[in-house]
Amino acid sequence: MDPHYQHLYNILAHSQGYIFPNEIDLQWGILIVVYPFITGLVAGAFILASLERVFKVKILKPTYQIALLTALSFLLVATMPLISHLSQPQRAYEIMITPHSSSAMAIFGFVYLWYLMVVLLLEIWFDYRHSMVVWSNEKTGVMKWVYKILTLGVSDISPRTLKWDRKLGYIITVVGIPSAFILHGYVGFIFGSIKANPWWSTPLMPIIFLFSAMVSGISMVMLIYMIISYFRKKTIELNVLDSIGKFLFFVLILDFTLEGLDQIQRIYEAEESFEIIKLLVSSKLYLTLFVSQGLIGTIIPLITLAFLQFYKHQIKLKKTMYFIIGILVLIGVYSMRWNVVIGGQLFSKSFSGFTSFKVGLIGLDGTLMAAFWLLLPFGILAFLLWLLPPWKMVEEDSEE
Amino acid sequence: MGNEKIKTSRRKFLKSAGTLAGVTIAFQWLKSSQVLLFATEPKDENLPWYGIVIDIEKCIGCGSCARSCKEENDVPEEPFFFRNWVEQYTVKNDGSVDIVSPNGGIDGFVQRVPDEDIFKSFFVPKMCNHCAKSPCIQVCPVGATYDSPEGVVLIDEKYCIGCRYCVQACPYGCRFIHPVKKVANKCTLCYHRLKKNLAPACMEVCPTGARMYGNLRDKNSDLVKFLKEHTTQVLRPNLNTGAKLYYNALSSEVR
Repeated sequence: MDPHYQHLYNILAHSQGYIFPNEIDLQWGILIVVYPFITGLVAGAFILASLERVFKVKILKPTYQIALLTALSFLLVATMPLISHLSQPQRAYEIMITPHSSSAMAIFGFVYLWYLMVVLLLEIWFDYRHSMVVWSNEKTGVMKWVYKILTLGVSDISPRTLKWDRKLGYIITVVGIPSAFILHGYVGFIFGSIKANPWWSTPLMPIIFLFSAMVSGISMVMLIYMIISYFRKKTIELNVLDSIGKFLFFVLILDFTLEGLDQIQRIYEAEESFEIIKLLVSSKLYLTLFVSQGLIGTIIPLITLAFLQFYKHQIKLKKTMYFIIGILVLIGVYSMRWNVVIGGQLFSKSFSGFTSFKVGLIGLDGTLMAAFWLLLPFGILAFLLWLLPPWKMVEEDSEE
Repeated sequence: MGNEKIKTSRRKFLKSAGTLAGVTIAFQWLKSSQVLLFATEPKDENLPWYGIVIDIEKCIGCGSCARSCKEENDVPEEPFFFRNWVEQYTVKNDGSVDIVSPNGGIDGFVQRVPDEDIFKSFFVPKMCNHCAKSPCIQVCPVGATYDSPEGVVLIDEKYCIGCRYCVQACPYGCRFIHPVKKVANKCTLCYHRLKKNLAPACMEVCPTGARMYGNLRDKNSDLVKFLKEHTTQVLRPNLNTGAKLYYNALSSEVR
């Protein structure tokens, strides 16, 4: 028998109650869990970088370029899980050529391109142009030409031009903040606008996605900063961690409040889907929602972060705690994506039963593929850090 | 001084006129591209605007409709792909509801609830509701699913990218991904037959005449007459999908 059919027969045997016959086949698998997780990291990392630049949080300076390059690394991969989950990936370009104006998904390509080309690449370019010009003069051989090409031939490094670089970079950052908000708020809207699915359909969805994105991006940049410092044998500066930690604490509170509000509203209104959703969260999603997302990803980090605001001793312990919090928060946000994407498909739209989900290891939509798309950005980041090392950048004399 | 005043008021006028024009243009654009509000309306007055009636009181749960649909439309036999299926509802004396649809009802039904526990039992055939405000059409990112001029929701198989957003958006569970063609698939109201003035396969074979299709704009059609004489209801009316599949004697347990 066809393995796909065999898989569906297994699922059918594990379904509970009544589900519409077409619902046995769960449509969006692990790749669609990975996709909002990755775009969330992009938006979050960028917002952290913008914080340094626009709001002049000087203490975060060491993380600024790291955050930008992290955002770029993940953004470059963001479309891949989407494209590889399509049944007709060779037609993916149609979404750009003939977008359907009423479709939330159709706008993705444009939001993505705007963010990549106008915001991230330009900002990084303005940021690095001075250094790239200097590097292209210092280096020899291939690398000389690589940097030369990257400057796009703009080799003027007079103070006046550099001032313009900074000014334009600043403007792009200012434009970039709402862009980052739109990028991820929009991902939330893809789910939040599906009225057929009561687990998804809430106007809070874009905002919840946005705040969880910030939470995950901040944690990821914090972790990457610690890992880079470790490999470069540099001290991880505690005031940087404290500052990120404080920011993370406030955003996590907001995120937790919003998600809490969403659930309270759901429980209090108790619409027709209430019974099935109650069953869903108390059985199928119990571990990933209450334990993984709630306890591990939110409550424990919140308490620890609050504690770290006051705790001033044992610097090494504090750093370790920040590292662990970073990982826990990422686990929590990944679980949140899982709970939304998979959770929303586990119950039948008849509100009378459940299908089950079993992720395969291999194949285009298997765990290995998802792991590959999650790990690839780190490879890209390593390359970018080698190509554009933030620690070797030319120091500006007249910092604004 | 007077000149200055005129200048200011002229500037004000131009400003507000400009704003008004801008808002009007933006509104027109939004309206024409249906970005925010989504609905299809009949365009060609000479063409029918199809609606469907299913009379639950007449359905005997024989499953002929589901069987004939699979044969007519090249739908794989496996019990995970249906353009058309029948559900059996059994409301028990304790108020709980037992719903089944083994193999979409194709092989018929066996009542698994003991007679003494049954409060009432009935069959509900399901198929695409051919909504006028179809959530599935609204969300398709490339416009591969569309309304025919007769109001039948169709899919362009050569165009669908297989993103499955439409499957998620259909509140009735009427869509699936065709396992061989790898694109979205659903009931077409046997559009290929309609075009030859033939009834859809499911209606052709229904032994009790529980299914009916017709032109909603023709006030003398059997369909409109039926709608006039019976109290009908659409599924999930709260979702405002503009469903054009009307059920007679629909019980409140059905979703």
